[in-house]
Amino acid sequence: MSLAIAFVLVAALTIYLLSGGADFGAGVWDLLASGPRKQAQRDAIERAIGPIWETNHIWLILAVVVLFTAFPKAFAAYSTAFHLPLTLFLVGIVLRGSAFVFRHALWEQPKPRKRWGLLFSSASVIAPVLLGIVIGGSASGRVHFENGVVLPWMGPFAISVGVLTLSICALLAATYLAVEVDDEALRKDFITRATGTAGMTALLAIVSFILAAKEAPSFISRLTGRPESMAMIAATFVLMVLGIVLMRRGRIAYARIAIAASIVLVIGGWAVAQYPYLLAPDLTVQNAAANPKTLKLAAIALGAGSLLLFPSLYLLLRVFKGTRDGVIVDG
Amino acid sequence: MDLLHYARAQMGLSLAFHIVFAAVGVGLPVLLFISDALYLRTKDPDYLELSKRLAKGTSILFAVGAVSGTVLSFELGLLWPNFMALFGEVIGIPFSLEGFAFFTEAIFLGIYLYGRSRISPRLHLFSAAVVAISGAASAFFVTLVNAFMNNPRGFELRGGVLTNIDPIAAMWSPSWATQTVHVLISSYQATAWAMVGIHAFMLLRYPSSTFHRKALKVALPVAVITALIQPLSGDRSAKHIAEHQPWKLAAAEAHFETSRDVPLYVGGLPDPDARTVRYGIAIPYGLSFLAFGDLHSEVKGLDQVPREDWPNVRNAHFAFQTMVGAGTAMAAIAVVLIFFAVRRKQLSQWLLKLLVVAAPLGFIALEAGWLLTEFGRQPWIVRGAMRTSEAMTKVPDLASPFWIFTLVYLLLGAVVVSILVQQVRATAPFDSGERA
Repeated sequence: MSLAIAFVLVAALTIYLLSGGADFGAGVWDLLASGPRKQAQRDAIERAIGPIWETNHIWLILAVVVLFTAFPKAFAAYSTAFHLPLTLFLVGIVLRGSAFVFRHALWEQPKPRKRWGLLFSSASVIAPVLLGIVIGGSASGRVHFENGVVLPWMGPFAISVGVLTLSICALLAATYLAVEVDDEALRKDFITRATGTAGMTALLAIVSFILAAKEAPSFISRLTGRPESMAMIAATFVLMVLGIVLMRRGRIAYARIAIAASIVLVIGGWAVAQYPYLLAPDLTVQNAAANPKTLKLAAIALGAGSLLLFPSLYLLLRVFKGTRDGVIVDG
Repeated sequence: MDLLHYARAQMGLSLAFHIVFAAVGVGLPVLLFISDALYLRTKDPDYLELSKRLAKGTSILFAVGAVSGTVLSFELGLLWPNFMALFGEVIGIPFSLEGFAFFTEAIFLGIYLYGRSRISPRLHLFSAAVVAISGAASAFFVTLVNAFMNNPRGFELRGGVLTNIDPIAAMWSPSWATQTVHVLISSYQATAWAMVGIHAFMLLRYPSSTFHRKALKVALPVAVITALIQPLSGDRSAKHIAEHQPWKLAAAEAHFETSRDVPLYVGGLPDPDARTVRYGIAIPYGLSFLAFGDLHSEVKGLDQVPREDWPNVRNAHFAFQTMVGAGTAMAAIAVVLIFFAVRRKQLSQWLLKLLVVAAPLGFIALEAGWLLTEFGRQPWIVRGAMRTSEAMTKVPDLASPFWIFTLVYLLLGAVVVSILVQQVRATAPFDSGERA
């Protein structure tokens, strides 16, 4: 049962990266908006994430809640070990979300719009890096406690995972935006960004891998030693290349699927290599798990909640992503 | 301040900030629903305009509520890891359910706010209803957790290890009913009184505005009904804690020695060392009657609890007095409003002015009531099972995060207020007559 819940946890994080991560990525492209269609790029970003970012964000809350219900000791250990990056991540989340709605409310006033837009986009850059640092730090297997106080774990590997996470977010956002915009020139802008970021993501993945060999040897030996994780990583690169090719040929809807699938496999590969550890070297899916009664109830709650959640999500996406005429209506 | 105080201050600040937005997230959708339903029935454009204007404010308030709520879910671990490591599995289920309620709320709010021109009016109204229901459900589930902390059930604790964990029993602490009802009413009440105050203010400045008159028509019934039933719910809560959490009532009332025929103090400054209340007005037999409905009943005092386990009596007493004072004032105004309604009289100038002054009372009562329940539980995080100091993180620097969040929340609070003021100002010339 604890393994099933761990799977749900990874699934929630994956969906968070695919949806909420892309919203952060959209912030990156808002910050880097350039060229003759600078404002049009920002308008497209505003339209694309406005109605859905709050919903996407809740996948993170769900992951946290599942973590502390089903693996309470792991939640406590993560919160203690990664106190600083998580605190800063929260500041980033608060500023990103608030600045986004402030900008929306003050859209007609150029100066405040610019000011809050800058805060929104810079917070969107910082938050995913911090989340990635936490994931990298946890994969490093360096987190040790002495009398409840955490020993230093930070290193180039954790930072490289942070930057890789940011790059993934930006890649997803550019890909989705390329599909969603109507204007052909604007679409080209985002295709250029997506293909460029795809290359950078692959490069960063290789850098992280090399750094991990030194800093996270046990993680790497699990990654390379397990056929499932190796297959996933190999498929990731194939799908990424396929995604770029499809995008260059204008088959962007298929490119979106290929790229999103490649990101799912990155996380899959990471999760397989991480297993059985929630936080190496001490906490595993088994020894950090809650009692069987709680696990069973959590599974029931997750199942029942999904029955409500997925139809609602379908409705949301149908209303806003089903057509291409994305006009901002009031609100 | 020592580390524990920084940790408590950061949690308190985060909650005090979030609770305002959370309450609005529960209350405003109901007002939106009423306004939209009235528009669909009457086709009066003022109601449409009202719901559009309210929706603008809602989008900001909900977003700030969502991100500040995220902070809280992490802070449970960042500040109180030992609490979560031990009790996460006991009390995680209502949190999980809250997660789904919150999901539903966010999804349908997105549809409601951004979808007006994309979906049918009935689906639009339906989404307002779903937002209102799921918002109430979120508040309900999260209050179950607080009820557990105040009056824990569903586990046995021996030598720092939990056995016989029963998450269902934990979820339904004996305090669940009184607390959830009181919290939900307070959310509707605080939101409605704030909205009444704002539109009363605009009506004083633009007396001929039909728009603001109709806005009052939407909010006033909610304000009046909640102001009248909340004291009843409060009375039920007081009787409940007199039996189940007597130390909390004792702290709230600064009642030191267990005795019969206990008076009720209005105001006053408790002196915990001398075990008396100075400068208060004593209503004879008041507390005995309030707690048990009998003038002579025995009320347990703080002497039942070891001195080191006392809550901060001054804080609890002050919070309690503030809550009851604000609640009483709103109830009194509600009675006057009913008198006006029965006589079919127009709201007079002085009454509108009174409503403007009363605008923050709902939120004052809500914050004070929450402070009371938290102060009154100290020094415990889970009453009788874990002390707040035992729950705390061992991270050495807690001052910096506290100051960072203080600055961020001050900034956000100021910006939200300034944007809302701009939005209210923009409604000034609105009137169906003027628009035609």
